[in-house]
Amino acid sequence: MYTSITEEERREMLRKIGVSSIDELFADIPAGISMDGPVNLPGGLGEMELLAHMEELAGMNHGPRAFIGAGGYSHYIPALVDHLSSRSEFYTSYTPYQAEVSQGTLVAIFEYQTMIARLCGTDIANASMYDGATATAEAAFMAMRSNGRKRIVVSSALHPHYREVLKTYAWASDSVIDEVPLREGVTDIESLRERLDDSVACVIVQSPNFLGAIEDSATIAGAVHSSGAILVACVTEPMSLGLLRPPGALGADIVCGEGQAFGNPVGFGGPMLGFLAAQKDFMRRMPGRLVGKTVDAAGQDAYVLTLQAREQHIRRDRATSNICTNQGLCALRAVLYLSIMGGVLRNLAALNHRRASYFRHRLLSKGFAAAGDAPYFNEFVVRHPRAMDIRDALMDRGMPLGLPLGGYYPDMRDCLLLCVTELDTVERMDRYISEIEAVQ
Amino acid sequence: MDTIFDYSVSGKNRFQLPEAGCEDYDPIPEEYCTVATVLPEVSEVEVVRHYTNLSRMNFGVDNGMYPLGSCTMKYNPKINEKIAAMEGFSAIHPLADASAVQGCLRVLYELAAALREITGMTFSLCPAAGSHGELSGAMIIKKYFQDLKEARSVVLIPDSAHGTNPASVAMCGFTVKEIPSNSDGDVDVERLRQLLDGNVAAMMLTSPNTLGLFDRNIREISRLLRENGSLFYGDGANLNATAGRARMADMGFDIMHTNLHKTFSTPHGGGGPGSGPVGVVDRLAKYLPVPLVAKGAQGYYLEYDRPDSIGRVHSFYGNFLVALRAYAYIRSLGAEGIRDMSDTAVLNANYLLACLRDLYKLPIDRKCMHEFVISDGDMPNGVTTNDISKRILDYGFHSPTVYFPLHIEGAIMIEPTETETKKSMDTFVNAMAEIRREAYEEPEKVKTAPRNTPVHRVDAVIAARKPVLVWEG
Amino acid sequence: MSSIPDDLRYSKDHEWVRMEDEFNGVCGITDHAQEMLTDIVFVELPQVDMEVGVREQVAVVESVKAVSDVYSPVSGRIIGVNTQLEESPELINDDPYGKGWIFKIEVKHPKELEDLMDAAAYSEYVESGA
Repeated sequence: MYTSITEEERREMLRKIGVSSIDELFADIPAGISMDGPVNLPGGLGEMELLAHMEELAGMNHGPRAFIGAGGYSHYIPALVDHLSSRSEFYTSYTPYQAEVSQGTLVAIFEYQTMIARLCGTDIANASMYDGATATAEAAFMAMRSNGRKRIVVSSALHPHYREVLKTYAWASDSVIDEVPLREGVTDIESLRERLDDSVACVIVQSPNFLGAIEDSATIAGAVHSSGAILVACVTEPMSLGLLRPPGALGADIVCGEGQAFGNPVGFGGPMLGFLAAQKDFMRRMPGRLVGKTVDAAGQDAYVLTLQAREQHIRRDRATSNICTNQGLCALRAVLYLSIMGGVLRNLAALNHRRASYFRHRLLSKGFAAAGDAPYFNEFVVRHPRAMDIRDALMDRGMPLGLPLGGYYPDMRDCLLLCVTELDTVERMDRYISEIEAVQ
Repeated sequence: MDTIFDYSVSGKNRFQLPEAGCEDYDPIPEEYCTVATVLPEVSEVEVVRHYTNLSRMNFGVDNGMYPLGSCTMKYNPKINEKIAAMEGFSAIHPLADASAVQGCLRVLYELAAALREITGMTFSLCPAAGSHGELSGAMIIKKYFQDLKEARSVVLIPDSAHGTNPASVAMCGFTVKEIPSNSDGDVDVERLRQLLDGNVAAMMLTSPNTLGLFDRNIREISRLLRENGSLFYGDGANLNATAGRARMADMGFDIMHTNLHKTFSTPHGGGGPGSGPVGVVDRLAKYLPVPLVAKGAQGYYLEYDRPDSIGRVHSFYGNFLVALRAYAYIRSLGAEGIRDMSDTAVLNANYLLACLRDLYKLPIDRKCMHEFVISDGDMPNGVTTNDISKRILDYGFHSPTVYFPLHIEGAIMIEPTETETKKSMDTFVNAMAEIRREAYEEPEKVKTAPRNTPVHRVDAVIAARKPVLVWEG
Repeated sequence: MSSIPDDLRYSKDHEWVRMEDEFNGVCGITDHAQEMLTDIVFVELPQVDMEVGVREQVAVVESVKAVSDVYSPVSGRIIGVNTQLEESPELINDDPYGKGWIFKIEVKHPKELEDLMDAAAYSEYVESGA
């Protein structure tokens, strides 16, 4: 328990208030609603008992990393990220409404906005969103607000969960979604062209896509823009931006996605770090928080939440979105990560790709087949007639392997999606290869 | 003020990566690759110093009293941070097989069960923030009437509501109609009667309301809505007065959301991440966003087979590491502790109210729940709420929430939470008395505050007129 | 007390119109309105050639703390907008009846002007706290 009013203080306070008991303070709650007894929960635990209980629960999660990415990426987190983000001036503060005592958070977010905009090749970025899926839905809404159109065209290689969230949001706002099929593991550009007309608000394409393949974004951008639609580029593995050309430079108008890989643990899927970046024409249609540079009364540099008139607390039912928080602490972790890794991000991304290519190469030599020949970053799909049996056998040996794709794409029941990061050493991959040989 | 970019010099970064240990078997074609360096190149010690110094320009709950009304800035127990950092939780992949993540699933299952005991509702923990829970709730309203084949397009929202309420329902295509509050701060029931017709899908009410009052007409309101076939949505963002005292379901609400980062003490993180579970009464449970966590013969599992669900609202299952902290908090408090939390929060708020009532204007004079509102209504010399809030910073406290709720002019909304000690509250009262004296005798001191903060009063107008949103060197 | 020039007509939504001839008017928001809004930071201007009805929303004026719709006091066609406000929205604060004008309108039914308030009536309206 974390309260600290003593009995004597309580009596004194009640006297000051002018009541004789705490129950009197609750007199406005009608009888019949007011509870008679305590809530039905177990008794409280002291810190030592709590720790033991939580260690037991943590122990029920087991198994090493399973070469799964698919929207959540396990990367090494430098020690300073945990250390600095644990400073309680950062994590016990609120949204920086009182700028004079929030410059730490505000400067960090301003830096975050800058880093994300640069990596995305856009003019601006906001202070972050809940996660990649909702950032993508908000990107689509922003596009619809810009051009007044109501149809969203989306690649089938956008993360299946993102497509589901998009479907939920689109249903709620009475807009229409149209999915473009795949061809050899990438978005079918001819089929996309056929869908484009002046009713299309935006086209959403993920690259590297859910299957790991790098899309031909420049060609897609040309097709999308010729119909007057907006190109929304989605990135779920931001590490790829260390190596690949920024989506904005390839013609994306809005760039959104998941920033978790930058300094945040996978954490069973949350909190994640949605990001949303765009060219400057979208500035006043952007949902979420924005930090801007200004001066204080003494004329020195200062930072402040800005363009708030777009937001719910002022514009209410006509706001650009209902969102009122960002993922402040996750964005801070991303800034810390990119500050220390910024100079080597390209090498780190290259390392991810190289290790992935090694695992793929070895698997292809053990009877697995490639699924498409598009270039990839650190994720790829392999096919094997007995893929699920092999996976089960490895699982029994405590070596989980990859994500089965049959649940997402019915024609990919014999496929596994695999992700390799800098945490997966050549030795680890070699051990897997030997076991795969052994179980075949 | 330096940003991290100001330290950047090419070649300064010495972070050492491991050797790949293999060749590149499938080089990415050059036309896909970038050549530009866009991130700062700084040394490790510069990173550490820069962010350590930035942190010193922030004010958190650990620095001092943070009476920010409606935000519930309570102490965040350190043990919960230690728990959230355990690799057995933080390094677990959301798409790993269910058999390998039984501990995570059990935490989610048990937390939803505890929230059910506290509120009487069934929860989905997927929404990532209060406004996200609210949006999910608005979607449930839409789906419910779609299934009934009733075209109801209006949602009633009191003038005292948070801006997220109208914004969330507008995203679902509803039209908002505002209901005024009466002079006691309760909903104007007569006006509600007039507004109710076959087009009203729901009413949203914050409980306790944003004046920190428990609406005494709540039974009448819920009866009127039920008779009209409308749903009653409870904004339970803040349960810090009612948890252990009264259940949202018993108040007559059909749908609610609650913010784990308020009542259940997970850190606000400078603006997130939060968590905003959405809860419903049993007859609406089929609409909750997927997945829910269920328990079967093989253990816990993610339940997707819910054909009436509004669908998925999050990349995965919501903010797990936030839910984990909330679960740990509920376990450490237990049944008695939760009631003590609410009792102390209400006691503290009423004590502060009693101490401040003679110093500042009190727009509505009633016993409050966990928070209350005063105003600048009788301040001399043109001293405004904004001036008072800035001057409070000089005395070493965070400011209260200001200019909210909107229907109270110059509102100053104060919520001490159960965290504050009598001593810290008495010090705050002395500061407020001193500020009042200054307003009369030395108004310039108040109007030009703050002075004792890392920067002086920040010019929000320049920022908005000529937005600079990225570092330009 | 805010300034209320005698030669203008005023709407209940705190817009003014100055007729340049029988059919062409200039519109903006009143001194009282800009005082209530405080420092204006952004103006969303209407499209030229747009047809508007009486009290139809044509522009949006934003301050740091508030956002306010601007309605057309009369029906007609928008024939010009003050593009200077894009760079300098503060003109509305500094000179609401002059350099801070927002749009020009070709009035469809000049009789509608009679429904607007004159300076004396608007002054009373403002004082009544509306």
